[in-house]
Amino acid sequence: MLCFTWTVKEITMSAKLENASRRGFIKGSLMMIPAVTVGSGVSLTAAAAEPPPDLADYQPTFFDADEWQFLLAACDRLIPADGEGPGALETNVPIFIDGQMEGKFGHAADWYMKGPFHEDVSPLFGYQSPLTPREVYRKGIAATRQYCQTHHGKDFAGLDADTQIQVLTQLEKGAIEFDDVSSDQFFAFLLQNTKEGYFADPIHGGNKHMAAWKFIGFPGARASYLEWVDQHDKAYPLGPVSLNGERG
Amino acid sequence: MAKTNPHVDVVMIGLGWTSSIMGMELTDEGLNVLALERGPDQDTVPDFAYPKMADELTYGVRYQLMQRPAKSTLTVRHGVRDTAVPYRSLGSFLPGNGVGGAGTHWNGHTWRPQPNELRLKSYVEENFGADIIPEEMTIQDYGVSYDELEPHFDRFEKVAGIAGKAGNLNGEIQEGGNPFEGWRSSEYPLPPMKRTLNDTMFEEVAKSQGLNPFPLPAANASEAYTNPYGMQLAPCNYCGFCERYGCLNYSKSSPQTCVLGALKQRDNFAYRANCEVMKVNLASDGKTATGVTYIDENGDEVIQPADLVIMGAYSLHNVHLLLLSGIGKPYDPISGEGVVGKNYAYQMNGGSTLYFKDKQFNPFIGAGANGETLNDFGVEQIDFAEAGFIGGSYFNAAMTNGQPIRNMPLPKGAPSWGAEWKQAVQETYGHTMTIGSHGSNMAYRDCYLDLDPTYTDDHGRPLMRMTFNWKDNDVRMTQFMKQKIDTLSKALRPDDYKLSFKDFDSRYDVRPYQTTHNVGGAIMGTDPKSSVLNRYLQSWDVHNVFVMGASAFPQNLQYNPTGLVGGLTYWAAKAIREQYLPNPGPLVQA
Repeated sequence: MLCFTWTVKEITMSAKLENASRRGFIKGSLMMIPAVTVGSGVSLTAAAAEPPPDLADYQPTFFDADEWQFLLAACDRLIPADGEGPGALETNVPIFIDGQMEGKFGHAADWYMKGPFHEDVSPLFGYQSPLTPREVYRKGIAATRQYCQTHHGKDFAGLDADTQIQVLTQLEKGAIEFDDVSSDQFFAFLLQNTKEGYFADPIHGGNKHMAAWKFIGFPGARASYLEWVDQHDKAYPLGPVSLNGERG
Repeated sequence: MAKTNPHVDVVMIGLGWTSSIMGMELTDEGLNVLALERGPDQDTVPDFAYPKMADELTYGVRYQLMQRPAKSTLTVRHGVRDTAVPYRSLGSFLPGNGVGGAGTHWNGHTWRPQPNELRLKSYVEENFGADIIPEEMTIQDYGVSYDELEPHFDRFEKVAGIAGKAGNLNGEIQEGGNPFEGWRSSEYPLPPMKRTLNDTMFEEVAKSQGLNPFPLPAANASEAYTNPYGMQLAPCNYCGFCERYGCLNYSKSSPQTCVLGALKQRDNFAYRANCEVMKVNLASDGKTATGVTYIDENGDEVIQPADLVIMGAYSLHNVHLLLLSGIGKPYDPISGEGVVGKNYAYQMNGGSTLYFKDKQFNPFIGAGANGETLNDFGVEQIDFAEAGFIGGSYFNAAMTNGQPIRNMPLPKGAPSWGAEWKQAVQETYGHTMTIGSHGSNMAYRDCYLDLDPTYTDDHGRPLMRMTFNWKDNDVRMTQFMKQKIDTLSKALRPDDYKLSFKDFDSRYDVRPYQTTHNVGGAIMGTDPKSSVLNRYLQSWDVHNVFVMGASAFPQNLQYNPTGLVGGLTYWAAKAIREQYLPNPGPLVQA
């Protein structure tokens, strides 16, 4: 499983890089964005040179094809396109989550991960699992897909929306017991990362064209409001800007 | 084999507020001063420069400026019979990392204690009788008075450029300030910050209830300012990225903006980043320190000889280093003997979130410390005998950090995902304000710090272990505040509101952020049997070790700690300069 994943990852990564540099060459001369790096090491110049991809064209780096179908379906239920405002798929939330799996978060790089592990202590003591978040995703997706096959005779992605909601609700409550991963912890990561991808700066891969910010009226990275502090009870008139200089 | 560096006069552990101040004071004496900082070097430019700071995910959610638990953490348990488990990922509190420490990522709420908070045990005994102190409560006096500290509070406020309105100038109560504060020798150096809508609404309702609202004292510059060190602050632009972020605008008072630019110019000052002190080294008789041992940026062990050791790390790390270095007797909660680790305390907070369908609060517009506050239910305002608890609180209506990943309060009953969640987000974002209660936390016999028997850090040293839980006295305090805030919330006539306060079945939860006001463990006092430090923050046991920071608080204030931490640092610096250096030895005879 692991070997297979690495192979897929390497192939898709090199394809992505080629694609990115070709597009960068075409678009690069049009962009006048200063080169700044953020803490995660992402280059703003590179991000600005590459417009956000279409979700349909995106080749995931961490997730394999089946896992990706699960993630797309789950994100679509957590923040659906229904009603006003964009959904998780229109805003590239799954692309954000794929990126997080490869970064410090996915690897729990900043967390204390030495044993012994007392997973049975009260949840008040926070994360106590030996699994990194990416391991939780991998095991959680596999177990949920297996559960859906057993109980509904289909993969999660193939279920109707109501049944998907039912399965996610069961995960959230921890009502499904998996052998090697906590179902509610898996759900908690999935939901938290989905909301992060929806509301974080587009530089991280989600919130495509700042659509989630426009929806709620958050001005993003403007970060300068001296002349607006005293203007009480009025909607702020300007649209958002992003770290890479996009204006909405 | 460890390398040995050339001798310095003073070595300082950590380079945040306290070491920055101490660096200025001791280089003034002509001493050679070296600071060793565990984390990276960082400064406004390039590290906090626009636009990269305006990134909620990286800084607000993934804690880019904070301590990495992978490198340094502690274990936590509720009671002395429990097994502690590691604080594996950050939640409840967020110690800083790197030059400037938590002084870079704070909001800037800057208070002085009320005078009687510094002599709390005596105050309670004199006014209400010793018998109202619960048996397991171990509150003490600081051993230093407000009057003695006043010039040093004043100095710190001028260095940090605090924006506010005095309520008590030399004993005369001033309109518009806090009538319940201790006396001030001068007005705040900067006028209060601009007002947001929630701020004016809270002021109006508080006045209508006969209360005394005033502007929150802010370490965010309301105007251009040059401090006594010649450091310049720029007017805050209310960017909305304050707590958890470095200031992109030279407006938030921090070691970088207020001190380090001046200190770094001095030839007799040096600092080394990415150098983690392992322990303070003691002479063979154990009565004096010979310097410190640290791991440098290449991972090599280095011995740094010094005549004077200033411990200026975060409060929890100061206590950890004392325990690892064998300075002072570790505290034993069963016998009640020993002192190091004793009286760890936290902060008892609560609040109300109010929803107004038709009001626009624009929560992304704000500094770290703009807001309106009141102190009518402060430690000195409450009859402890009648109220049934010891403690107090200040209330505040502040509008800070309204970024959407973390600041998305939803009405009661709103689902956490799905189409209805999205609808609730749209209806609610920008339409809520909060009223917070920021309250004291007393010290208890079984709330303390020691070394963990099981878990170790990357260097093989035991992690520190925190034993802590909420106690009924402090829950009674916060429940008292809940009733007051409920009344204020109703009077504001919101469309909906919800109260969030600890109750008698509440247990300490490490997951949600509460506050980075971890205090105690290396407490100051009047008796070496009950304190680690004397009234000048000098170790009773090893006279050339002085320990700065909130680890010196015998129990927690109702306020944010930095104002007192700054004042105590100048107080200790004066004692070192005027008394210790001419005649090194214990400044108080045990």
